Order: sequence, then structure tokens, then C-alpha cells
Amino acid sequence: MILNSKIPEGPLDEKWTRYKKTAKLVNPANRKKLDVIVIGTGLAGSSIAASLGEMGYQVKSFCFQDSPRRAHSVAAQGGVNAAKNYKNDGDSVYRMFVDTLKGGDFRAREANVYRMAECSLNLIDQAVAQGVPFGREYGGYLNNRSFGGVQVSRTFYARGQTGQQLLLGAYQALMRQVGKGTVELFARHEMLDIVVIDGKTRGVIVRNLDTGEIERHAAHTVILATGGYGKIYYLSTLAMGCNGSAIWRAHKKGALMASPSWIQIHPTSLPQSGDYQSKLTLMSESLRNDGRIWVPLKQDESREPNAIPEEERDYYLERRYPAFGNLAPRDISSRAAKERIDAGFGIGPLKNAVYLDFAKAIREQGKQKIQEKYGNLFDMYEKITGYDAYKEPMMISPSAHFSMGGLWVDYELMTSLPGLFALGEANFADHGANRLGANSLLQASVDGYFIAPYTIANYLANEIHTGKISTDHIEFDRAEEQVRKQIEMFLNIKGSKTVDYFHKTLGKLLYDYCGLARNEKGLRYAIGEIKKLKQEFFKEVIVSGGANTLNTELEKAGRVADYFEIGELMCYDALTRNESCGAHFREEYQTADGEALRNDAEYQFISAWSWKGENEEPELIREPLTFEEIQPTVRSYK
Amino acid sequence: MDLHLKIWRQKDRNAAGKLETYTLTDLNPHMSFLEMLDTLNEQLITHGEEPVEFDHDCREGICGQCGMMINGIAHGPLKHTTTCQLHLRSFKDKDTITIEPFRSAAFQVKKDLKVDRSAFDRIISSGGFVSINTGQAPDATVIPISHELAESAFDSAACIGCGACVATCKNGSAALFTAAKITHMALLPQGKEERNQRVLSMVKQMDKESFGHCSNTEACEVECPQGISVLNIARMNFEYNKALFFNKK
Repeated sequence: MILNSKIPEGPLDEKWTRYKKTAKLVNPANRKKLDVIVIGTGLAGSSIAASLGEMGYQVKSFCFQDSPRRAHSVAAQGGVNAAKNYKNDGDSVYRMFVDTLKGGDFRAREANVYRMAECSLNLIDQAVAQGVPFGREYGGYLNNRSFGGVQVSRTFYARGQTGQQLLLGAYQALMRQVGKGTVELFARHEMLDIVVIDGKTRGVIVRNLDTGEIERHAAHTVILATGGYGKIYYLSTLAMGCNGSAIWRAHKKGALMASPSWIQIHPTSLPQSGDYQSKLTLMSESLRNDGRIWVPLKQDESREPNAIPEEERDYYLERRYPAFGNLAPRDISSRAAKERIDAGFGIGPLKNAVYLDFAKAIREQGKQKIQEKYGNLFDMYEKITGYDAYKEPMMISPSAHFSMGGLWVDYELMTSLPGLFALGEANFADHGANRLGANSLLQASVDGYFIAPYTIANYLANEIHTGKISTDHIEFDRAEEQVRKQIEMFLNIKGSKTVDYFHKTLGKLLYDYCGLARNEKGLRYAIGEIKKLKQEFFKEVIVSGGANTLNTELEKAGRVADYFEIGELMCYDALTRNESCGAHFREEYQTADGEALRNDAEYQFISAWSWKGENEEPELIREPLTFEEIQPTVRSYK
Repeated sequence: MDLHLKIWRQKDRNAAGKLETYTLTDLNPHMSFLEMLDTLNEQLITHGEEPVEFDHDCREGICGQCGMMINGIAHGPLKHTTTCQLHLRSFKDKDTITIEPFRSAAFQVKKDLKVDRSAFDRIISSGGFVSINTGQAPDATVIPISHELAESAFDSAACIGCGACVATCKNGSAALFTAAKITHMALLPQGKEERNQRVLSMVKQMDKESFGHCSNTEACEVECPQGISVLNIARMNFEYNKALFFNKK
């Protein structure tokens, strides 16, 4: 199988314009004959559903939450990047493209990355027009802050709730279309399978989570905007309901998964404090604008942080990466923290954290200024830990956060299954092996507002003669039967261990062997253990309640069953990539001073994986990466 | 620490519910309130009983999905805190805690502690937006907005739609929720064109749902996790009267 990324011809900065010029269109009278299904209502899902509704397509929008406004984009704190150069500090689309490509360790397509930077300009305009209250300067113009891995200030923000405000903008646009009748909303519905007829994606099987009813929905195209699967580690910064099931079930129907092992471990979350814990709360990267990260110079230090004098502290990021200091990119900062913690310099009751210290910033700028910038984050820290971070440093630790990997998509954001698109975090496209801070809100938004409306019209232009698609087709029967069988199976196991037990055990395995650092032996071990755990799950899990009712345990069982398979594929992916790049750090491949050692000669490609069936090894298909504009260099932040 | 729990159990929308008593021992005071419910559910499931259904998702106080009445107070004893951000250190060893759903005439109980808040979506759908299509926006700096104005619009926009205001109101009024969106939009220049129509439509929708009227007890502000001010309600009333006046002309 040869993968066609469909990158348009021409110079880098003209590719997207050329595509838009020549893309096929659907005339307004034909649009209402075309049905579109959108799964997920985060930034990508809400924005594409609203945009297509505005254009006149018939859209059905699904989410598992009780309202579309609760999708996990809501939780992004720090900001959204755009190359507006309002700060006059040398920013440009080109500069943002270079930063993002380098930040991703040269493991993304140039054309995709450039397009994201290009579309960033429009996004800020769109959001402001929707009423998103971005932070402003006293003169009334938009303010910016800095994020990791860049040397300009290009991050727009709405206090520490940027994701919430951007999502509300998209949600309101969506609800406007719901009011107009162009979008039909199905909250509390979970997608359980994709229906493929004659090689084309034609619909979905969903479960109404309040009644347990299984429903069929048909459409001319299906768009997955279902976010990432970082919750596979159980302990993560993600919401409890985040899952990989929609993309995984699409994968089992033929859509390829790309680079599944590239999962970002965020450097600044709250550390684990006990085994009852369900979630590791993120502390925004924006805090690193003013916070300094350090550990004591002495191992097993027992003094309180404020009692440790300046000369007995190791500001290890400033020491190792003087050019970027505390704003080194996430993969590098997380690994540096792990290195100190593993070497015995960790702090806190479990010795699993490092300090994030604001004393200097408060001294220089005053408490009020710091309060204005990060007040809600300091409040949140105090609520969770009981400590006042204005008085003593925060304790932070790395935690699973964002999946760079996801469904393989071409330049049009279409998966290898015709008619199935993947947007936002659900696809693999723009971040390479490491995502830069504040690029996630950006990618989800530009995919939904500015890219997919063109590429989906281009696809639908060939569907105007298809006519209404019936849900009576035998493929709908088959998919529905499969879904019903799986639900019955979970309920009939009646074992003795809860779904959460299996999820936690799997998460720990993956964190230890396919997390911040990986090696061949550990990955092979993990694959064996995951297989065993999966077998035990299907013998020993207990799912209480029934099928035809609201049943959270049943929802979780389906997601964890998929996590076993995703986890296994993550390990295969990490095992076959004999290099270190971005978030993927193979211990065998590092420089003498512990930096990642990339191997461009042999691994300058995207790993796309094909499902071969239960208990079969997946097949690897390579999409070579070519760089015309800039040549890959050793990624240095020193 | 040990806790005695009285939790509202209700099989479905139409069933009669009642408080059931549970006791948990050896809890870590640093545990969050929802992790305490996870622990209870873990025990119930392994004993072959049905777990307590409750709403939650992000567990960092921003998605607005969690929410329960804890000893009669929406989201529990701490100010400006959602249920998921509450920790057991706010309680004493051997305390008895009563946990009930955010019930109200407009919020029907679905099961145990889960309620139906879709009325909020319908209120937003009736007018809580700026009518701008994708691609129509002018450059973001065309209209300067003062720092203070942006900040106060944000204060209203910060609502997480959890429904604590409705659950705590003796009339079951959605005035604070609706007013926060109306105020957010009315303050910003982008929302000005539609302000009259917006307030009329949203108030009409609010009345159509089963919400009660606001009688200015201000309980909503007290229990709002985002600290949304009742002054938003005053502005909604002002906007409403103004819109009625201009619509007559």
C-alpha cells in the first residue's frame, strides 16, 4: 500500500491557496441534500459542524458529554498561538512554521505545518468576532504571552481559561445552527462503530447513553473530532471520559493509525499523591513565563523549600538550556525533570516532583501583577493541594497529556478510509513528534473553521448524485449486531475485578515501559503483559447494571477494551522506531549528555499502521517525509 | 478518616428515589470528594451492587459537568469551588454527609445524582451568540476594547454552566446563567447589534423551560463556583426593559 498525502504542487507558501482555488464546490441548492455526521463537539467538532451548517449542509452532531460545551477543549488553560506579530518582535507565518516543525523534531509534513501557521491569522479574527474576551492591553489592543520552544510572544489568552472561551465561541456558533435547524444535536450519545458500504464511509452506530438504545445514522461523510487518547495512562491531565474508542473502531474498519506512541508528557502537572488518585491536574505552561524550575542540589533534602539557600538549588533547565531556560519545550522539560527525579533529587512526600518557584517574579513584579496573570491557577493549586503558591513554590511533576499520534490523514484531513475525516487531536498531522504549547487549540480550530470546510466540500462534490443513504443496508445490520454482541459479552463476564482496576494496571505498565523513556526490552515485556492483562480482562471484569439503561461502567468497559489494543500498538510503534525524536525517547539512542539522537537516514518517515485482526501483528506502512524548505538539523535549545 | 454518607439513589426519571446510607473507612484526607465516590463505587461494584451514578468529567473545575448538593449546599462547603475541586480535608473524621442531585423543576433526575440540564443548551441556542459565520470576521484589532471592558466581559463569560445557581434557588430560576451570557455579549462591541433581540429571545426561552422567576434572594451568587455576580441579573433586567421599549417604537 502506498500512501498518498495529496500535498499540492508549488512553493510552500502557495500550496494552500492553490488548493482552495482548484477545490471542487457544491452549489447551495445541493448542500441540503448532503448529510454530514460529526462525532465530538470540542473545538474541532463544534467549529466544523457550525461551519458546515452555516453553508447549508444537513449536519448531525454527537457528543458523549451532557452538553457540547463540556468537551475537553474547555480545559486548555494558557492560550492559542497566532503569527500576528502584534508585538513587533520578529514573528511571521514563516517563523511560526519553523518553530513548529523544529518543535516537532522534523517528524511532520512541511505543507501541513505551514498551513496551520498561515490559518492562525484568521482564527484570532474569528474568535474576537464571536465575542471571545481575550486579554487586552490598556490601549484596547490584544495582549500576548510566550510559550515554550519559541523566542517571540505569539500566544493569545483569556486569563487561564483560553480553551473554555474559545470553545464557548464555537459552541455558541454550533447552538446558533441548532436553533436554525441545520444541525441536529445528539448529546449523551457515544459512537460505537463506523459503517462502511462499498469502500465508502456511510454512517455510524451510536448508543444513547441515557437510555441504552442503539441507533443507526447514515450520512455522505463522517467526521471524527474525538480528541486524544492520553487517558490510556489512566493518570493524565485529561478528562475522565476522554477516550480513543471512536478512532480505534475506525482503525479496525480500515483507517490507518499514525505514530500512536507519540504521546506528550506535560512537564507541569500536579504530582501523584496516592493510589486512589483519578487525575493529575495540569498547571498551565504559561506559568513558566515567570516561574523558575529547580530541585535541591542535595539528594533527599529534608528542609522546607524556602529554607534552602539560593546556592544550594539547581535550576536545571536554566543550567542545561540557557537559550530557552524555563521555556524549553515540553518533551525536553519533562525528560529533564525525570532525570533529576530518577537521580534522587525529587521533592515532596513521594520524592516525585520538582519545584516551580515564583519568588523572584513576585519580588520583581509585585504580587498583584502575578495575581492578574495567573490568579485562577494559583487558586486552583491551593484548592487541590492546600498550599499557597504565593508563599512557597509549587510542586509539579510530568503527566500524560496530548497525543501527537492519531488517525493517519492526508493533506485534506481525510483518513485512508474514503469519506472518513479526522480533525484536531484525533488526527496525527501537524505536531510531529512533539507539540508546542498553545498549538493544540490552534490546530483544532483551524482544522474545523478553515481547512475542513474546503476539503469536505471537495469530497462531497462527488456525492451530489448519491441520494439519501438508507440505514437498512446489511452493513448497518452487521455493525449493529457486532455492537450489541460486545455489550452483552461485557455484561455476561461477571468476574470480580472492576474496569478501573484494569485501566489503572494498563496505565502503569504503559507509563513505565512506553512513557517518557522506552527501550527494546521494556517494550517487548510490555507487549506480553498487555496481552495477558487483556485476556484476564475478558475473564475477570465485572460490569454491573444492564444494557438498556444509563450505565457508566458499561461505557468504561468498552473504552478500556480498546485501550488494550491501542496500548499494544503504541508499544509496536515505539519498538520499530530505532531513534529518539520529540516525545519518543529510546534510551538506546541518546547522546553522551543525554539528549535525543535522531536518525534521519533511516527514520525520516511517518509510521502508519494497518489493523490485521485480533492477535495478529499490525502492518507498518511508511510515508516518507521530504523537506524542501528547511533541512532537518539537530534540535538544540542550548 | 471515616465518613458516613447519605446518598440519593433513584433508578430512573420516573422512579421514586430515597437516601441510602453508606460508611467508608480509612480515607485519605487529601482525596478529592469525587475520588471518595470512586472508592465507594469500587466497593459497591465488587459486592455486586450498582454503583452511584454521578456527573463529572474534567475534574479540574472548568467543564461544569459535576455538581451535587452536599449537605444542602451546591458544590459543598467551600466558596468558588466545584464539587470536583473539593477535598476531604474540608470535612471532619466521622462526619455524616448528605449528597443529593442538583434537582429542580427544569433539571429532572436521570439516575441517582445525574440530572438533565439540556434546558441550558436551548437557552443559548435561542440567542446566546454573535451571528457571525465562519470567514466573515474583520481583523481582530479593528475595534479596540479597553482592558477593563474585556476583563468585565470575561467575568460574565467565565460561567461554566454547571447549574448550581438553579439548584440552589428556592424558585429554581435560571436568571444568573442567562444573565451572565446576556451581559457578556452586551458589554462587547461585537454583541451590540443583536442585543435587543438577544435578550428578548433568551428570556422567552428561559420562561418556556420550567425555570422559576428570580426573586432576588442572591443565593445563586453565593454558591456559584465562578463567583458570577448578581449584578448580571440587574443588567439583564435593564437590557430587557430597554429592548421592550425600543421594540414598541
